Amino acid sequence: MAEAFAFEIVSPEALVLGGEAIAVDVPGSEGFFTAMANHAPFMTTVKPGVINVQMEDGSSERIFVRGGFADVTPSGLTVLAEHATMLKHLDLKDIDDHIEKVREDMAELEGDRRVKMERILSQLEEGKAQVMIELG
Amino acid sequence: MASLKDLRNRIASVKATQKITKAMQMVAAAKLRKAQMAAEAARPYSERMAKVLANISSAMEGQENAPALMVGNGSDQRHLLVVATAERGLCGGFNSSIARLARDKARALQAEGKDVTILCVGKKGYDAMKMEFSSIMMEPITFREVKNVGFNEANIVGQKVLDMFADGEFDVCTLFYSEFQSVISQIPTEQQLIPANIVGSEEGEATEEADVSYEYEPDEEVLLADLLPRNVSVQVFRAILENAASEQGARMSAMDNATRNAGEMIDKLTLSFNRQRQAQITKELIEIISGAEAL
Repeated sequence: MAEAFAFEIVSPEALVLGGEAIAVDVPGSEGFFTAMANHAPFMTTVKPGVINVQMEDGSSERIFVRGGFADVTPSGLTVLAEHATMLKHLDLKDIDDHIEKVREDMAELEGDRRVKMERILSQLEEGKAQVMIELG
Repeated sequence: MASLKDLRNRIASVKATQKITKAMQMVAAAKLRKAQMAAEAARPYSERMAKVLANISSAMEGQENAPALMVGNGSDQRHLLVVATAERGLCGGFNSSIARLARDKARALQAEGKDVTILCVGKKGYDAMKMEFSSIMMEPITFREVKNVGFNEANIVGQKVLDMFADGEFDVCTLFYSEFQSVISQIPTEQQLIPANIVGSEEGEATEEADVSYEYEPDEEVLLADLLPRNVSVQVFRAILENAASEQGARMSAMDNATRNAGEMIDKLTLSFNRQRQAQITKELIEIISGAEAL
């Protein structure tokens, strides 16, 4: 049995999920990674996607996050997400609405900020695709 | 001298007022509990954020390419004051004490010859400030229709401030809100948003963790550039939550005072009502007796 470690997924409004986990898959902006106990200290931004938590008791929880960042230390993992929803409570329409809004915002921008928005948009769509796969 | 009927009417009206203030106090108490819970729920996020920022910024210290949001753009000529107040009144000195603090600051800055712009979040602050500063006030942001102000709303304010900074409309941004201490004390506070005042690297815990060789992905600079704008929204959100709790606390004690005052007033009015009633009875008796004697 693998060692358990503490993890927390917090959004600005509340602690979404916390506890002991065996492994947590996080969609880092430079690539997916899996945090386990005694991971080397590591910090990364998170892109929109699904976090998969393998809980200590063998159950697994999936949470959709809409960007944020993750802080991994040997003692635990903290994901600070701008928005986090348990996948089972998630409505695909919310993501669509958000994508639509980003598109609208983007239409008014140009130059650097537009490039940035385009990146966010593509990440969002990737996240949405991932959610659709997860939900089947 | 008010007649008996007038007195009776006044007592009835004060009693009705007392009922209203009492109800408002109880509503405020319930809302306060909710606001406090919301503020508590948000704490882990902002605490974590502060810690991570302290870690990264200590790693970035002394580097020339530190982002402008952290070190400023080298000037402090133009100031933006973000004044967060409530949407409603009847909460004691809550709104006016925040407005007073912001007004003093604006005056001090203007006396130094700086340019000041004021952005109000919440209607009451706008009303209080527009008399004196109408020429430098921006269109206020209000959340009157929003029932529960959440992070999305804070983000609107944060984004607005960030956009203005990116367009070079100001150099320094200060946020005014009221920090919740207890039901009877709320402290109007000013906090510098941009450039971010990152403290905490002196704390033992933070330095300890900073010593560990962290790996950053993408590197510190990019990460910090991503985090700092987010931090602005988080700070605004925190301020709004503190404000919400303070507002309800202030309203609670204001309404408690009002209820007590109404009670005292009712006692006084009842006393003079009784006295006058007695006087009238005595008068009538005297009239009857002296009428009988005259026969």
